[in-house]
Amino acid sequence: MNGNFYIALIPLLPLATFVLLGLFGRKYLSSISGIIGTLSLLISTLISITTAYNYFLVDGKVNGVYQKIIAFNFTWLQFSPNVSIDLGAILDPISVMMLVVVTFVSLMVHIFSLGYMKGEERFATYYAFLSLFTFSMLGLVLSTNIFQIYMFWELVGVSSFLLIGYYFEKPSAVAASKKAFIVTRFADLGFLIGILILAFNAETLDFGTLIERLTNPASPYLINATTLSFFGMSALTWGLVMVFLGGAGKSAMFPFHIWLPDAMEGPTPVSALIHAATMVVAGVYLVARLFPIYSFDVTALHVVMYVGAFSALLAAVIACTQTDIKRVLAYSTMSQIGYMMFSLGVSSYGGENGLGYMASMFHLFTHAFFKSLLFLGAGAVIHLVHSNEMKDMGGLRKLMPITHITFLIACLAIAGIPPFAGFFSKEEILLAAFHSNKLIYGVALFTSGLTAFYMFRLYFTIFWSKPSYANASDGRESHAHAEHGEGTSTMKIPLIILGACAILAGFFPIASLVTSDGAALETHIDIVFSIAPVLLAIGGILLAMNLYKSENDKPQKLAISLGGFYTAAHKKFYMDEMYLFITKNIIFNIIGKTAAWIDKNIVDGFMNFLAGFTALISELIKGLQSGKLQQYAIYFFVGVIGFMLLFIYIWA
Amino acid sequence: MNEIGLTHILFVSTILFFIGVYGFLTRRNMISMLMSIELILNSVNINFVAFNKYLYADKLDGTFFTIFIITIAAAEASVAIAIIIHLYRNLKSVDIDDADMMKF
Repeated sequence: MNGNFYIALIPLLPLATFVLLGLFGRKYLSSISGIIGTLSLLISTLISITTAYNYFLVDGKVNGVYQKIIAFNFTWLQFSPNVSIDLGAILDPISVMMLVVVTFVSLMVHIFSLGYMKGEERFATYYAFLSLFTFSMLGLVLSTNIFQIYMFWELVGVSSFLLIGYYFEKPSAVAASKKAFIVTRFADLGFLIGILILAFNAETLDFGTLIERLTNPASPYLINATTLSFFGMSALTWGLVMVFLGGAGKSAMFPFHIWLPDAMEGPTPVSALIHAATMVVAGVYLVARLFPIYSFDVTALHVVMYVGAFSALLAAVIACTQTDIKRVLAYSTMSQIGYMMFSLGVSSYGGENGLGYMASMFHLFTHAFFKSLLFLGAGAVIHLVHSNEMKDMGGLRKLMPITHITFLIACLAIAGIPPFAGFFSKEEILLAAFHSNKLIYGVALFTSGLTAFYMFRLYFTIFWSKPSYANASDGRESHAHAEHGEGTSTMKIPLIILGACAILAGFFPIASLVTSDGAALETHIDIVFSIAPVLLAIGGILLAMNLYKSENDKPQKLAISLGGFYTAAHKKFYMDEMYLFITKNIIFNIIGKTAAWIDKNIVDGFMNFLAGFTALISELIKGLQSGKLQQYAIYFFVGVIGFMLLFIYIWA
Repeated sequence: MNEIGLTHILFVSTILFFIGVYGFLTRRNMISMLMSIELILNSVNINFVAFNKYLYADKLDGTFFTIFIITIAAAEASVAIAIIIHLYRNLKSVDIDDADMMKF
């Protein structure tokens, strides 16, 4: 499969679309820009599905082990004979899987947006940005070296920034886009440092060589990297933790999660694509890409595990108290990514021990479908209600039957009810956690119960709760909504397709395709083991049903009885306030003001002194140049006489 | 003391030179300054001729130099007068103190 340049078409088609729509979209193509974007992405999707078919079923396997294949690679910047930045495409199980997920979900979102974004003034710009994002994400997935991934990493950050700030007339959207960009940028600084540490120690940027050099116990690079230490941790650990920091920023892990809920200011299909299915799992993908090295370093792996587990729990607790449906989904995304992270953290490399790795990838795969479905469903609801707040909804199940059914499927999938997709992947994660760390297993189990609870809280509040939507809201407004109904067929089709995926994705044989070492992994669903999580999930659903199925004051009472804890969770554990406090009071006041003082008084002072001194001297001597010819003549004359005396009496 | 020697002539040329320098430094009128420069040049001419006559009577180098200097002085005078005329057109004055635009 070497030299297959057609793979380059997968990311390059969206890039071409971006250039075309970005340059000419608004003026000439505004009515057909959506069609252009969707069609070009359709081709990309078909190519990537073909690629996946070829890779998994035809020629990817050698002796039962999936190989890493470099489809093409060309040197872009050559620094020295050994170190260069290349641009290329790598094909291995995770990248091929991500290719399919990204193009497929992106395609669904493109189709959905045809209806959802109809009539927007900057319709073409929207599609241009979507194409840019798809291009960057595909480039990220296909990266052959760590610097290439960094470039595309920043590119997805930019496209995320552009799309969150799409409604730039709204101050909150502007603030959210800035917040997302700054927080992830801050984390990316860690990523860059990590890249530099790893690349410095391994003397290469290429993933294959890097992994080979840093996992071979006899290699001098590894010995060097593990013996160099700084603050009690080896250079290798520092590098990996720093790289994970970048991943945590993009994947909204604690403590960098604060940007994700605010990022919901963007158009809802964007949230489905970027902030649920693809970009936010880039961090997981990154750790998975470097997993052979991570599995060598217990400390770094522990960091991944605990951060993931803590984020999963924290986000689930917060999600139970939020009232904005997109924010609930955002926290749920964060929680599920936490699952993927700690699943990588409990895993180790190769064979049966690689269960966590496989489970994480499996969950990434299934999560992409049901979470984008949830977001698109929420988008359809918001399209109808024109509000994000739960209290404006209720009783929508008659009004939008397709959205209702697909949303229910997605909720069941994320809650982990068999036989929906989420059940299988979550089961594998729990099993992996159970075998490795009982504390993590407990947290995961509890979180899965909470997940079922808050998802069905959302479901019941949107679709049941009030007797019917028309009675609940004031008459005039609801009338207008009822007219345009559930939305165009372009909005329903993606929901149906994704709904089918959310049911079937769990049966996809990821275990035999995507594993840490490429060899197939035997998995089996242990009925006895499954009882606990499924029962917990059902318990969560029943509790939510009891509280939210019809309007009553039980949730209110529960909130009051939980008291301070509820308020704290509702306020997201004051995380934003904490950040503001740290930035405003500590960084701005203490560090910032000191730095400003030093800058103003010492740095500027030195410069001002130099300038002032020069000015003073010149002020003193500028009278010499008077413009009077005869004065000059006198100077000349005196000078000649002086030289003459010097010549006669001293030098002679 | 009954014969005019080299010393006498050098004495005259020195006096002439310093009269010229004095005139150049004190006269405000540019034409007068030009005349002072002529005095300086002529004092040098006297030196050349005197040294040639008294020390190297069989050679003509000093005389040639004198002729060169006279020629160049003429050229220099024409250039200087052209400059003075231009300054006069601009400033309506030939006073050197009025031409002090080229300063800090």
